[in-house]
Amino acid sequence: MKAGYDIVIIGGGPAGLAAAVAAYDSGVKDVLILEREARTGGILNQCIHNGFGLTRFKESMTGPEYAARFEREVKARGIEVLLETTVLSLNQQREVTAVSPEHGVFTVRAGAVILAMGCRERSRGALNIAGSRPAGIYSAGTAQKYVNIKGYLPGKEVVILGSGDIGLIMARRMTLEGAKVHAVCELMPYSGGLKRNIVQCLNDFNIPLYLSHTITKIEGKERVTGVVVSQVDENKQPIKGTEKHFNCDTVLFSVGLIPENELTKSANIPLSPRTRGAVVYQNRETEAQGIFACGNVLQVHDLVDFVSEEAEIAGRGAAQFVLKGAHPRESVSVENGRDISYVLPQKLDKNASGDTKLYFRVARPLKEIKFVLRCGEHVVLERKKRVAVPGEMETLLLKESQIKELSGNVTLEVVE
Amino acid sequence: MKHTLTCVECPMGCEIEVVTENGAAVSVTGNSCPRGKAYAENEVVCPKRVLTTTVRMTDGRMLPVKTNLPVKKAELLALMQTVNGLHPTAPVHIGDVLVKNISDGADLVAADNME
Ligand code: SF4
Repeated sequence: MKAGYDIVIIGGGPAGLAAAVAAYDSGVKDVLILEREARTGGILNQCIHNGFGLTRFKESMTGPEYAARFEREVKARGIEVLLETTVLSLNQQREVTAVSPEHGVFTVRAGAVILAMGCRERSRGALNIAGSRPAGIYSAGTAQKYVNIKGYLPGKEVVILGSGDIGLIMARRMTLEGAKVHAVCELMPYSGGLKRNIVQCLNDFNIPLYLSHTITKIEGKERVTGVVVSQVDENKQPIKGTEKHFNCDTVLFSVGLIPENELTKSANIPLSPRTRGAVVYQNRETEAQGIFACGNVLQVHDLVDFVSEEAEIAGRGAAQFVLKGAHPRESVSVENGRDISYVLPQKLDKNASGDTKLYFRVARPLKEIKFVLRCGEHVVLERKKRVAVPGEMETLLLKESQIKELSGNVTLEVVE
Repeated sequence: MKHTLTCVECPMGCEIEVVTENGAAVSVTGNSCPRGKAYAENEVVCPKRVLTTTVRMTDGRMLPVKTNLPVKKAELLALMQTVNGLHPTAPVHIGDVLVKNISDGADLVAADNME
């Protein structure tokens, strides 16, 4: 075990793998990936459905196939990977302490660190539902792991709360394996999932989607026996008299994902309350010098293609930092204007070179709009958009020259 | 007959209207590109999907598999019966054919590497 590496990447999922390849190809060959599980690929290993890679490779791959492409690239470059290695702590001096069955507890110094820990599912604990806590309640991701990795069906009669992509995917998956999915309930008046998934996972199998509905009661003592579902009003309060009853033995929750930032917090790296990931510059460097972040630990993506793209930016940024050292920044903030829930990066460094893609999400479904980026009264950039929904990330390309000319903070907003 | 559907060929998700006469598409509107037109025409005549699932290998591990071409949507559940009866033995690699021509000229292939 070496005492130091030029770049240490925490997480060997899609973000970590792509960041490693990009860093290597930018001239830094001394790269180490630390992965908690026994294999790399992260969540992609249990995402056996297809649709990955459409944007990036113009072909539709399954999760393991998409991961395999990057695993092959990592292997071809001889990049070192430590499996079954859990990172325990990280500090701003870029010392990473980890533990593995093979090496015990060890600390490595890194020239640069890339955070690529991904995200986790929001738990049911965050929701207040009446009833005891019988068996048969799972997060959609846990059910996905049971079915796809372990090979057993956690239940036969299913109701799903939340129309996030994993919930939609699991509705189809469990139907194919012989379960009956009675309903998918979504608290919001629109789905947070991709349209493709609504069509191919629900409509294809006649699974009803109840918008503006939630589960108000879970029945059963030892095992779930049924749920009560109610419609909600504009304030998301259940409306009396709208109760529907479903018999079921399983309830899946697909109520959102949260970046996994315990390590980031422990290193006192500032996070954005909007994304729940680190605040970053164009090159995905956090406020801690030499520490970069990418993928779902930074912002929850809906397409892995964007994760890879962002990881490559971080990988190149980290390589640049190792090769050239820090440069003085002149930064402005990117603020969230009307109907924008967040924009990433949150900071623009005017001294950085190259064009920058702003990634952002709208706060509600919108039609026939314009995205406008302003700096005071001056319109820097605008783009028309026919349809925009919160479940699908939007992008705007900002030219290097436009960034250099900024006289202060910028605001991105929606104009109807 | 008029059909309204959501194009799933790319994340734009255009709402497309298709008018059919005697089972054939006569007009397609709302698509933003030719892929959308092709999708909508197929979708109203004979919708097809790629089947993705898993099979249990002889060593107990689960192997992700898929059809290498889309198959008729109406046949998905029936195909699952055939697929669940398969138990390949490692090593298996991405693209290995497990069932030649499982339906409509599509092969069932491995979608992960299992050494
Ligand atoms: S019609 Fe074209 S642009 Fe619209 S969703 Fe389909 S493929 Fe995408």
